Amino acid sequence: MINLQAIKAIYVFEMTRTFRTLLQSLVSPVISTSLYFIVFGTAIGSRMQDISDVPYGAFIVPGLIMLTVLTQSISNASFGIYFPKFMGTINEILSAPLSAFEIVLGYVGAAATKSLMIGIIIFITAHFFVEINVLHPIWMITFLVLTCVTFSLFGFIIGIWAKNFEQLNLVPLLIVTPLVFLGGSFYSISMLPDFWQKVSFFNPVVYLISGFRWSFYGSSDVGIEISLIAIVIFASLCMLVIYRIFKTGYRIKQ
Amino acid sequence: MSTIIEIDEVNKVFATGEHAVKNLSLNIKEGEIIALLGPNGAGKTTLISMICGIVSPSSGKIKVNGLDVVDDYRKTRSMIGLVPQELTLESFETVSNSIKFSRGLFGKKGNKILIENLIKQLSLWEKRNTKIMELSGGMKRRVLIAKALSHEPQILFLDEPSAGVDVELRKEMWEIIKNLKKDGATIILTTHYIEEAEAIADRVGIINNGELLLVEEKKELLSKMGSKTLTIELASKIKSIPKSLSSYHLQLLNNGEKLAFNYKSNDESTGITSLLMDIKKADIKLADLSTSQTSLEEIFVDMVNK
Repeated sequence: MINLQAIKAIYVFEMTRTFRTLLQSLVSPVISTSLYFIVFGTAIGSRMQDISDVPYGAFIVPGLIMLTVLTQSISNASFGIYFPKFMGTINEILSAPLSAFEIVLGYVGAAATKSLMIGIIIFITAHFFVEINVLHPIWMITFLVLTCVTFSLFGFIIGIWAKNFEQLNLVPLLIVTPLVFLGGSFYSISMLPDFWQKVSFFNPVVYLISGFRWSFYGSSDVGIEISLIAIVIFASLCMLVIYRIFKTGYRIKQ
Repeated sequence: MSTIIEIDEVNKVFATGEHAVKNLSLNIKEGEIIALLGPNGAGKTTLISMICGIVSPSSGKIKVNGLDVVDDYRKTRSMIGLVPQELTLESFETVSNSIKFSRGLFGKKGNKILIENLIKQLSLWEKRNTKIMELSGGMKRRVLIAKALSHEPQILFLDEPSAGVDVELRKEMWEIIKNLKKDGATIILTTHYIEEAEAIADRVGIINNGELLLVEEKKELLSKMGSKTLTIELASKIKSIPKSLSSYHLQLLNNGEKLAFNYKSNDESTGITSLLMDIKKADIKLADLSTSQTSLEEIFVDMVNK
């Protein structure tokens, strides 16, 4: 039988942490994204051409939401599990009648909820700067939720792997941020020279942003099916790694 | 009393190659307080971590209430509360939230009255809404005990409960432990304070270098403590102990230079007078007499240094 009380306990505990640090958790990503809207959307965007008939200011909205949601999912989930490891409170979790699945559900669920909240807040904030229409709202929510969950799973792996705070920041800083910036947040892949277009297709984030943008404006760099398959593959990979982590006790259990 | 924890030839070899627990077997009885004595690094924490699920055993079996701690971890862990040695707590959380969190983790629904009683019992009522980071070390220890008891476990592990705790809290803790025993709980504590084992344990186990050197009823150990040895130095060597002295179970030491006689100092009659008279009758001349006493500490130090 599943230990629902424990999942709830971890989830509530993590969410309380979010609300306790409201300024850092919710306000700061909103402020930084608003700055992007002002600089790229309004100031620079007004001098840019439309991309696939979408004004530049509106074009960057899905990319900016993805940029924030991706980085937030990773940092929330990695910090959420790294901190108990660092403080030693993970031993209480390990000595509780909990399966690995329940632990992941509690931590990843809370991290994904938090990034989803941020994503929605940024979506609302964007309305203050540019006009946005969402053509496929259900697909938009689906993409958003899938991204939150998948990258929270990825963050969870980083949190388990990290031995110190430096390592905790290493992957987001050195790998994720470049991938997101080069993933078409601010431009269409078709605007790149041929060679870089081909390179971009090795970047998983391209598929996410492209799919998400399609749900807004109906135009995309790659097909929606390919975007979905890419995110499902990445989510499955993360789940497989987490399964192995708990099976072997890697960096959590001696 | 039935056995509640069975530890059967358990080994733990860490990735570093350190053999922390060696072929250790031990049965813990339901409702008893057992103290595991041993110096730092003896393997006490590793042993209880394996029972609680924090560390995986390399080989051997551990059963709690007849259930394997690996295969039936949900049932076994639900029965166990652990007070860790380190003050590992969620610093930014309040005392009562942290205790509620622990109860939830163990799958129990919230119980306001129970949590409040626990907080009061551990003298934390005034601090219930205080952030843990603002508490003193002793207070944090109380929070850890409250967290471990929050899911009403039948078995409680206390890993070095007296580390960094003042005398007053230590005595208070002993009272809490004794009361838990009265309610039927089984308590396993690790300590390197012999005084603590003496004060509350029913049985004492001595662990060193990952091996269980001895497990005995505390009373037995205490009676060993009460036993004294009279060493009689003889004026001239003897080859064997005369038959007339056989009832005293003497030992012949130093190639016949000394006789050793064990007696209970707390007995009404120690037997010393009659022994000395019988020695005189046997025509053995004495050079000197001395007595010595074994303390639990000596038993401990002696075993650990072997």
